[in-house]
Amino acid sequence: MSAALEVRGVNKRFGGLQALDDVNLTVEEGRIHAIIGPNGAGKSTLLNCFVGRLTPDSGSVMFHGQSLLGIQPHQINQAGVSRVFQTPEIFSDLTVLENVMIPALAHRDGIFEFNAFKPMSRETDIRQRAVDVLEDLGMADKIDMVAASMSRGDKRRLEMAMGLVQDPRLLLLDEPTAGMSRADTNNTIDVLRHIGDSRGITMIIIEHDMHVVFSLADRISVLAQGTVIVEDAPENIKGNAKVQEAYLGGAH
Amino acid sequence: MELSALLLQVLNGLDKGSAYALIALGLTLIFGTLGVVNFAHGALFMIGAFCAVTLQKLLTLSIITLDETKTDFLGNPQKIRTPYVEEWFGTAAGQAIIDWAVPLAILFAIPIMLIIGFIMERGLIKHFYKRPHADQILVTFGLAIVLQEIIKAYFGANQIPVPAPEAFIGSFDFGQLVGFDPGQVMYPYWRIVYFLFAMLIIALVFAFLQFTTFGMVVRAGMADRETVGLLGINIDKRFTIMFGIAAAVAGLAGVMYTPINPPNYHMGMDFLVISFVVVVVGGMGSLGGAVLAGFILGILESFASMREVIEFIPGINQVVIYLAAIVILLARPRGLLGRKGVMES
Amino acid sequence: MLGLSRRDFLTLLFVLVLVAAAPILMNPFPEGSKFAQFNAGYPDLMQRFVIFGIFAVGFNILFGLTGYLSFGHAAFLGAGSYAGVWMLKLLTINVIPAIVVSTLVAGVFALIIGFISLRRSGIYFSILTLAFAQMSFALAASVLTPITGGETGLQTALNDPRILDGAASGTGNIPAPALFGLEMGHSWQVKMGDWLWTFNVGYYLSALVLLVAFYISIRIFRSPFGMMLKAVKSNNQRLSYTGISPRPYTLAAFVISGMYAGLAGGLMVSMDPLAGAERMQWTASGEVVLMTILGGVGTLIGPVLGAGLIKYFENIFSKINDNLLHQWFAFMPDGLEDFMVTIIHPFVGKGWHLTLGLMFMLVVIFLPGGLIGGLSSLYNRVFRRSKAH
Repeated sequence: MSAALEVRGVNKRFGGLQALDDVNLTVEEGRIHAIIGPNGAGKSTLLNCFVGRLTPDSGSVMFHGQSLLGIQPHQINQAGVSRVFQTPEIFSDLTVLENVMIPALAHRDGIFEFNAFKPMSRETDIRQRAVDVLEDLGMADKIDMVAASMSRGDKRRLEMAMGLVQDPRLLLLDEPTAGMSRADTNNTIDVLRHIGDSRGITMIIIEHDMHVVFSLADRISVLAQGTVIVEDAPENIKGNAKVQEAYLGGAH
Repeated sequence: MELSALLLQVLNGLDKGSAYALIALGLTLIFGTLGVVNFAHGALFMIGAFCAVTLQKLLTLSIITLDETKTDFLGNPQKIRTPYVEEWFGTAAGQAIIDWAVPLAILFAIPIMLIIGFIMERGLIKHFYKRPHADQILVTFGLAIVLQEIIKAYFGANQIPVPAPEAFIGSFDFGQLVGFDPGQVMYPYWRIVYFLFAMLIIALVFAFLQFTTFGMVVRAGMADRETVGLLGINIDKRFTIMFGIAAAVAGLAGVMYTPINPPNYHMGMDFLVISFVVVVVGGMGSLGGAVLAGFILGILESFASMREVIEFIPGINQVVIYLAAIVILLARPRGLLGRKGVMES
Repeated sequence: MLGLSRRDFLTLLFVLVLVAAAPILMNPFPEGSKFAQFNAGYPDLMQRFVIFGIFAVGFNILFGLTGYLSFGHAAFLGAGSYAGVWMLKLLTINVIPAIVVSTLVAGVFALIIGFISLRRSGIYFSILTLAFAQMSFALAASVLTPITGGETGLQTALNDPRILDGAASGTGNIPAPALFGLEMGHSWQVKMGDWLWTFNVGYYLSALVLLVAFYISIRIFRSPFGMMLKAVKSNNQRLSYTGISPRPYTLAAFVISGMYAGLAGGLMVSMDPLAGAERMQWTASGEVVLMTILGGVGTLIGPVLGAGLIKYFENIFSKINDNLLHQWFAFMPDGLEDFMVTIIHPFVGKGWHLTLGLMFMLVVIFLPGGLIGGLSSLYNRVFRRSKAH
């Protein structure tokens, strides 16, 4: 099995704070890789380095042999990396369906396409793709709602639909179930599991909810104080002394 | 190009720069505290100028007496106009009061501008705190049109000259002071007064914000309105007062500007466009930036109007402010001293 | 039909009927009647309605869809006007080259200004566009006088070369702009009872162009491109994480709206071959913003209505004088009549700007969505109420 994402020696400083300290990470293709760790461990910062929101001070981030550093966010996305944000980032003035059709169009047409005269109503393929994904996520009845008027949990699911509709090679999920009910959480786990199995999308999940982590992850990295302290299979993580120390230390 | 000519241009830029700085300061205060883009701010400057006009008219209100010993060209007895103030305080004192109409108008304008500011904020602006900036721009733009039309209806469309006190008429030989030949760098006294006055107002505003509790709360509110609101401090009332102060600053800038440039009803709009450029170049929400950019652009404009410069680059005097704005904004995304995240969406 | 949904097609049809019948609709009052002052069916006024309609429709593509508020669109109107007059001077008195070239010139101009201005967003973008427009205005009025005619403006002359239709005779009258010999100023008048209707060539040419421009704008609104522009307005950041580069989209919208402005400029000089620098001033840019907002930002038909309304008020209100007011209120007792005239006097004639200012304040305060927004919420309320009962 080959590596989808290779992170080598990534450092990031904010003023006096060493947010990321020599992070190394290898994510195998087709796997679901969870990154856990106490608050402030640098999980979201690390994810931001993968999508071009932040640029590391040093180190390399290679995606299937292509560097993700120094290129624009939209180029990273076009390379096949989609991200689901922690706080829902959606097009709130638009409808749910439009929210999903936009990334679908981006996937098909690339970073810019001057298709100013083709009516949206003729984009039946794109529409069908969007509807399918929304159905998978149990949102088929909400496609004509304005995105802003949805509950927080639904916004998260919409975000996920926006990521999935692009058929990414790597999907980055930043706390995908935060703010969801237990039932919705379980549903989301099923959806992600199903997608992981059927489409073989590589995923990186940042999550606090251990139930989600252990239901999904093939591999877990534990981040503490900006560095990876342990990387192992889920069954070996639970009993790991270093992990317990990191969490307890973080809890003080 | 001679050194004396350069000095003259710097001086010439100071008074226009002062006016830009004062208007931009008020605009920034309003934007920083209330988060409102006030397109009616130029109109406040204009109303200030017309406070001076009004006071001068009031002071010269006259009693008309008939002098039977003289006749005018129609053979009627000559009318003699005696201003009330001369009647009340004696001729010499009365004439002095009329002569000093512009400085006196400061006292006259402060309460008027404060009241106008309070009414504007309570009656209109406060309903627009949460509305998009585009709405704020439009409603205040509408208000500016209304205000200037009202002034036009009362005072007409022509410029109305309001002289400076006689003591300040004439020019000061600034060049001689620093060692040039006499007569090379002449600078009108009133412009010196205007510059000093502007510096005083700017200093007062900064001191007020820096050293009073009131100012401290306002500054905290500028940085983070919600948190200060949570502390149980009534921010709204303070912001109303800040709006009044900003209106007064613009008004005073207008009062004192009348001897430099006779006011007309659309002077506010003329200054507003440039003042907005000044605010943006200084960085939205930065008081220091507004003042700095005001003087920089004023002086730049003055340099660009030099004959030598115009011969070299024709038309530069017309466009230099905008050109500078473009260059600065492209080089420094948030203006000279702007903060991140202000007015960017 | 025409690649439009039923609803959009009906909107287009509505505009078609409106502009086609405008010479009749705008003259609802018989000649010589008390209210004839309110008639607006004059060729030059109606030409302005539709030409500013084009300007506003184009502006709406930028402002309504992307939310980027340009304060400098008058520059493109002006550039288009100058290009148009030059075509009438150099090529032919036929208006087609003038209209086409003015659109293209404005497009190139918009590409340059847009490329630079769009490096910033929010009010910084607005001020950059304002700065460019004010510079263009100042230069057009001074240094560029050989090209722009300076403060007197640029106009056609008897001894223009006009290489395509020969001319340059130097005698006779200055030829009027025409469409293959049909002069823009030519009108047919029809008298029906007390009513007088004027059908003008220039107006109908402009109206035709407006329809095409409006149709294109509907297509843009309903296209994937249009949706990307709405996404720019909604969440610019997110769009780039979705694999879209927002900059070329906004730049394309900027250039398109600049071309609409240039087209409007080209039509203006085709109706009246005179272009002055004041056409580029910021007040002109402000006017198109106000038209768009008044009608309803981001709505299809709003800008057309906004443009018509403002131009109507400008012309009608500014014409009302005291004599007319006295005529209207003559039925009242003298004291009351004078009182009414005194009250209304400041708002009309030379004071119509006061009315304009008040109108804006009222619309922005009470109708944030503009006229169309207000109407549709009214419609919704009535509709919902009747549904509930």
